[in-house]
Amino acid sequence: MRDISLAFGGIHAVDRVSIDLYEGEVMALVGHNGAGKSTLIKILSGANQPDAGAISIRGEPATIDNPRDARRYRIETIYQTLALADNLDTVANLFLGRELRTKWGTLDDITMEAEARKVIGRLNPHFQRLKDPVKVLSGGERQSVAIARAILFDTRILIMDEPTAALGPQETAQVGALVKQLKSEGIGIFLISHDIHDVFDLADRICVMKNGRVVGTARVEHVTKDEVLGMIILGKCPPGASPDSSADHGAARPSELM
Amino acid sequence: MNQAPTPDRHAKPGRLSAFTQFLKATELDARLVGTVAALLLIWVILHLLSGGLFLTPRNLWNLAVQSSPIAIMATGMVLVIVTRNIDLSIGSMLGFIGMIMGVVQVDVLPKLLGFEHPAIWVLALATGLVLGAILGALQGFAIAYLGIPSFIVTLGGLLVWRGAAWWVTSGQTVAPLDNRFRLLGGGPEGSIGAAWSWMVGIVACAAIVLLLAHRRARRKTFNFALRPMAAEIFVVGVACVFVLAAVAVVNAYPWPIGSVRRYAQAHQIAVPEGGLFIAHGIAIPVLIAIGVGITVTFLATRTRFGRYVYAIGGNPEATQLAGVDTRWVIMKTFMLMGFLAALAGAVSIARLNAATNSEGTLAELLVIAATVIGGTSIAGGAGTVAGAMLGAVIMQSLQSGMVLLGVDTPLQSIAIGAVLVAAVWLDTVYRRRFAR
Repeated sequence: MRDISLAFGGIHAVDRVSIDLYEGEVMALVGHNGAGKSTLIKILSGANQPDAGAISIRGEPATIDNPRDARRYRIETIYQTLALADNLDTVANLFLGRELRTKWGTLDDITMEAEARKVIGRLNPHFQRLKDPVKVLSGGERQSVAIARAILFDTRILIMDEPTAALGPQETAQVGALVKQLKSEGIGIFLISHDIHDVFDLADRICVMKNGRVVGTARVEHVTKDEVLGMIILGKCPPGASPDSSADHGAARPSELM
Repeated sequence: MNQAPTPDRHAKPGRLSAFTQFLKATELDARLVGTVAALLLIWVILHLLSGGLFLTPRNLWNLAVQSSPIAIMATGMVLVIVTRNIDLSIGSMLGFIGMIMGVVQVDVLPKLLGFEHPAIWVLALATGLVLGAILGALQGFAIAYLGIPSFIVTLGGLLVWRGAAWWVTSGQTVAPLDNRFRLLGGGPEGSIGAAWSWMVGIVACAAIVLLLAHRRARRKTFNFALRPMAAEIFVVGVACVFVLAAVAVVNAYPWPIGSVRRYAQAHQIAVPEGGLFIAHGIAIPVLIAIGVGITVTFLATRTRFGRYVYAIGGNPEATQLAGVDTRWVIMKTFMLMGFLAALAGAVSIARLNAATNSEGTLAELLVIAATVIGGTSIAGGAGTVAGAMLGAVIMQSLQSGMVLLGVDTPLQSIAIGAVLVAAVWLDTVYRRRFAR
């Protein structure tokens, strides 16, 4: 994403931000509330359209005008609110917008249920109530549904907005294990988090935002937690970080440049 | 409407009562079972109060015909309310489109094709249905794409279409209608007779058996949990008994003597001593309503469109983020609603044998009441087509019952209004207690 800007009524929510992500990499986005993280990520997932700037995927320019476009580029998002239709069951939520159909064009509920059992069984073997409305499920189960939906269709880029905010310690650990597994499968992950410990555990690189701009980007091993906190609060860029986000990406392949 | 199971005092915590077990085994919707129970209760009470006049073939046949227009529109209203919208314009739209269909078949087409040409009824009906879909699309566009609240758009529609209905003929009633078109409204000629009614009943039973057998076989191939065979047989049995009993009732209602005499003269049949028994059978408007009910249920439960309608009701934002074109889905629900209002209009004017500019006045409120009594949540996201159709029969039962009892018209309105509020209150209580 290059020079992305988006203003809401005179407030620059995102101001000339550039950020990149490589295959099999976890890029953490941190910053205060209102720093512009969520807005930036919503531009990538198609929920908001930028006023200026460009997105490219594997070197090719990409146009993302709506969530459908994002899905076409195999960009999936796990929203902080989970974005589930509470009145529908797990199977319907998993396939929402991408229902499998029979040869007559009707919903193929049985095949969808079978697929759903497979993917949910992998994520959370204790989770059996696939035909109950999502609103009766526990927080962890709901999170499983949102995650399962994001990885169901051969995802290339995964955006996780505060994935552990509503979870207990055990479930948080599960999400951590999942992030590592997805990473090893070559999926690039944007991780938005308030939890600096989570970020240091899971991320390869950290990008700090403040007031709609990037303060700096650093590999986790080049900065300390205190330095990152300094970036978040004071907006100061320490020597281990670079104000240019594309620098210092380590081993990832340049063909994956976004 | 409350079918709370009485808990067994000695039951271990977590053990299910017999009623809950029954519901679980048969996978029947508790809410729907409750609505059926309420309907039966109302019927029995009205039967007793009217001294045995209510549960007669004649009254039940008429009840079914009178319920049809409300039931037809209630199926569409379910989808509209499920998406958190409302349509207040359907009564006026019914009136306006009814007038247009009346003028087309009485003033326009006979001049072009000749009086009582066999194509008139189809062309008049088609004109109405297309117009209904267009008017619905117009309102749907304003709601979905211009972002005007549906309450306001359709409140405007209520005034606009009622005015338009008057303007078509400057308030004059259009009558009599085309003879073939009139069959859409029922009556002795507009019913399919005993033999065909039994045929319909038998085909319906066969379809129920095949449908459930197919479903079971599909679930078996994927090793999913099946319901117990006894429950399966019970559901099929109850459904078939109900269908055949309904056919038996409508077949027990004979043609009036005048119609029989005319029919006998036209076909040169001698009328025997005790009179000739010709059964009505299922009325055509009732068949239309049942057909609409099955079609809209199919749309709601087996297609993407229906899935999106419910998803929008549950969480509009999430549905949009999932890549669904929510505005187009909402516009389609209003198009369907307009189409169904036109169909209900055709049935209504055919039954009256006249198109009047006041046809369908307050119908929107009866339809909304039927939908809500049938278990559709005003907050959106939940509701069944079958429930709404049952709700239509409940509303019509109350109205017909009060007419039978000789209740004054103003008192009827008071009673219906009170029942609506009470039904929604019961529903709220139900949801609060049984929401898991």
